[in-house]
Amino acid sequence: MNVDFTLLIPEFILAGVGLLVLLVDMVLPTRWEHRRNAVTATTAAVGLAAVFAVALVTQTDTRTFLYDRLLYVDRYSLLFKALFTGIGFAVVLMSVDYVGRKMSHPGEYYALVVFAVLGADLMASSGELLTAFISIELLSFSLYVLVALARGDRRSAEASTKYILLGAISSAVMLYGISLLYGAIGATAFSAMTPHLGAIMPLTVILGLVMFVAGLAFKLSIAPFHLWAPDVYEGSPTPITALIAVLSKAAAFALLLRFLAEAAPNAVGEWQLPLAILAALTMTVGTLTALAQTNIKRLLAYSSIAQVGFVLVGVVALSEAAANAVLLHLVGYAFTNMAAFMVVIAVEARTGKEEVADYAGLASRNPFLAMVMTASLFSLAGLPIFAGFITKFYLFTAASDAGLLWLAAIAIVNSVISLYYYLRVVREMYIGEPGESGRVPVPLLGMTVLWLLFAGTVAVGVYPGPLVDAVDAATDVLTPFI
Amino acid sequence: MSYPERHILETLIYLPMLAAVVLVFLPGANRALIRAVGIVTGALLLVGSIYTFAAFDYGAGSATFQLLRTYPWLEQLGIDFRLGVDGIAVPMVLLTGIVSFAATIIAANRDEDPKSYYVLLFLLIAGVYGTFVSLDLFFLFFFYELAIVPMYMLIGIWGSSTTFKDFVRTKEYGALKLVLMIVAASVLVWIAIIVIYVEDGSRTFNIIALAASAQDGGFSEGFQRAVFPLVMIGFGLLAGMWPFHTWSPDGHVAAPTSVSMLHAGVLMKLGAFGIIRVGMTILPSGMEDWALALFILGTINVIYGSISALAQHDLKYIIGYSSVSHMGYVLMGIATMETLGVTGATLQMFSHGIMTALFFVIAGAIYERAHTRDTLILNGLASRMGWTTAFFLIAGLTSLGLPGFSGFIAELLVFIGAFRTEPILGALGVLGAAITAVYILRLVARMFFGQRDRKWDDMPDLGFKEIVASGVLVIPIIFVGVYPAPLLDVIRPGVAAVLAGLGG
Repeated sequence: MNVDFTLLIPEFILAGVGLLVLLVDMVLPTRWEHRRNAVTATTAAVGLAAVFAVALVTQTDTRTFLYDRLLYVDRYSLLFKALFTGIGFAVVLMSVDYVGRKMSHPGEYYALVVFAVLGADLMASSGELLTAFISIELLSFSLYVLVALARGDRRSAEASTKYILLGAISSAVMLYGISLLYGAIGATAFSAMTPHLGAIMPLTVILGLVMFVAGLAFKLSIAPFHLWAPDVYEGSPTPITALIAVLSKAAAFALLLRFLAEAAPNAVGEWQLPLAILAALTMTVGTLTALAQTNIKRLLAYSSIAQVGFVLVGVVALSEAAANAVLLHLVGYAFTNMAAFMVVIAVEARTGKEEVADYAGLASRNPFLAMVMTASLFSLAGLPIFAGFITKFYLFTAASDAGLLWLAAIAIVNSVISLYYYLRVVREMYIGEPGESGRVPVPLLGMTVLWLLFAGTVAVGVYPGPLVDAVDAATDVLTPFI
Repeated sequence: MSYPERHILETLIYLPMLAAVVLVFLPGANRALIRAVGIVTGALLLVGSIYTFAAFDYGAGSATFQLLRTYPWLEQLGIDFRLGVDGIAVPMVLLTGIVSFAATIIAANRDEDPKSYYVLLFLLIAGVYGTFVSLDLFFLFFFYELAIVPMYMLIGIWGSSTTFKDFVRTKEYGALKLVLMIVAASVLVWIAIIVIYVEDGSRTFNIIALAASAQDGGFSEGFQRAVFPLVMIGFGLLAGMWPFHTWSPDGHVAAPTSVSMLHAGVLMKLGAFGIIRVGMTILPSGMEDWALALFILGTINVIYGSISALAQHDLKYIIGYSSVSHMGYVLMGIATMETLGVTGATLQMFSHGIMTALFFVIAGAIYERAHTRDTLILNGLASRMGWTTAFFLIAGLTSLGLPGFSGFIAELLVFIGAFRTEPILGALGVLGAAITAVYILRLVARMFFGQRDRKWDDMPDLGFKEIVASGVLVIPIIFVGVYPAPLLDVIRPGVAAVLAGLGG
């Protein structure tokens, strides 16, 4: 077998950077102790930026397989590589201040973020079930540890325990599903599975499919597999909450979309309706439960559950336009949600609080933070001039075009209900009386990240053309199948 | 087209956006500078709007869309940034220019955080212009939503609460009710747009192409009958259509003066405009099926709004309900589906927009000075407040449709159209005009010419800014009142072109 290893350069760099961060952490002289956080963070950030650049530069039209279709290197996986390393880069920058204040082991923290990005990256490249499973586990294990890293915080310990237990069960279910599929079909590569997944399938295959998708649904917090999400979101260190909300969701969607498009397009009649119902359920549960939340992280957790429901609308529609919309929404959502979490981090750094009521009067204490938060919430609610408006419009139009008008209508109604709880936060920030006075300062690095994410949210909203072109080229990979 | 003609429409959208961005970066403490930027932008917008009106060729060509511009935006979905105006949009652009300029002047009177205020105000204005000049359903909806969102903060932060006998209507309540109701209605519009796009099947949001497709029978009668109510209720809510009008008085009362001006003056017109642009143009046979329903709702608006205004004694609530009533004429006029009626409706949108803005300038000025809007307490203001009285009288006489003011011609045309199509409803509409005369004259008599109350003697008259803003509004009222031809010559062919789609 002749393998072109240059195609794996991004993965090699990522793995290398992760190890390098650990090594730097280990050999750092004691007199540099106070710079430990900065040095390890810089190493991780530079590495992620390098992979980001490589992924952008190597956007080729060729579709290459490695190891007999275990891994794909194509536009689709390269686009996700760029997205994931971008997310990882932003999360590292978001973390610097937070880690400096709260954690004693910065080296492990940044290394695990890099490994999580590597896991996500491999999920988007997988063309085979076991590779996908191992990639998911790499991402999940990194996250299990990261969630628990806020030592001494009881909520963090609880969140971590819950996440590990439920995560392990879901992995077991998924693995069992894979074994059933292999037993019945004799193949685990997506392309080899295609002929076996159609309108008529033996019970074993159906069961295997259901279990595999259920495992992914857990990672995506699709209702009714979403119950872990709010506790984990609330208990995790906030930058890790952002990482879970954005990175793991996008990676799981990348995998799910490729799997359904390549392995199961002939069975679309079988899985479309059940998944569409799950999508409707997920967005409705997320939206309605968010109405009752008073903690900003829980609010964003339920809102992200609702967003997962919206993306699932695009996935089940399974058309080229819908696939475009899914990718577009994931990118816009990444900017938007990370901006919101960055504001949460900044407010928490000054006040130590994360209740919605603690945002009262934020507009007078730091107008810029309030503006970015408002923009993010409006983007999540799908209002112009922000990313959420065009991405949702694209998503729901494409789904309707594919015959899922009823689902799009439910999504639109949910999207409007969600405006109510987003406005509650906006109300607190602009109309509420500040509980304490004094500016909420944001360090320079935090300001830079906020500006970049805010600019991204607006740029996708008003000038999505170039991004849509890139996304369109990426989904061309899936088009032959759908 | 000359260079300015090619770019005027997009300039009207970009200029307020640019002003908003510039203002974000100006120091908030330098209030004089911020106000100057605000007022100058307002003036430039007025100039641009007048230029648009002048550049519009109202000869035979006014039947079609003019000043067309198209920029590809999202090829994959068939969205273009497509701009253009017809005889119905041009008066709206002019209206927006006039009211925006007056509102930016009045906004300069506010002391708290003028920077954020102007930023939000200009985003709203950009949204309004965008809706009027967009010829792509996506962008029409984009700008429509953009015009609504800033409302929440403008009312919630800078608004005022109203205390009734046994309860308080807070500004937060007014803001939330307004935004949630309008956005909820926009769900229907959104669904309608998607359904039209899917049904048409040629992957375009281009309004002109979709209208052509409607002409060629691209949308079946059943489809149009099913979809039109979405458009009618979705946009109608913003036009204050009964029974979905309840956000309007509460919202107007809670809003600060310049926002009330823009909201009642321009934003409510977006709703009626949407019914014409989307409903009438793309779903003509749906419009025919539902015209009677719209007619009846419009008539209820007229009667219900004027009776409610009769019962109120809070100055702003009276004006709020009078807006509901006057928007009823617009809906009635549209529902006639007849050249005179729809022309009257369009002229009424223009006339009511300016008149109600003038009303709110005066109401705001009185409230700022007296700290009350209770017309049972305010008495005999005429003796000391000459300007205030004069301007209020002009607005009031326009409102009750006195000849010589713009309202007269608009309402006359609507009534003629109404009597030709639904005489009974038309008669009820005239009854509404009579009730309007009662509450306006009673209000003027009591508040300005009633027994002089010493308590109000030291209230100063309108200041310079308020007089200028009122003047800007009074000029078009009287101009159109005595010489409506230039405006009618633009509107009528535009209306005829839209109706040609209905008839043939």
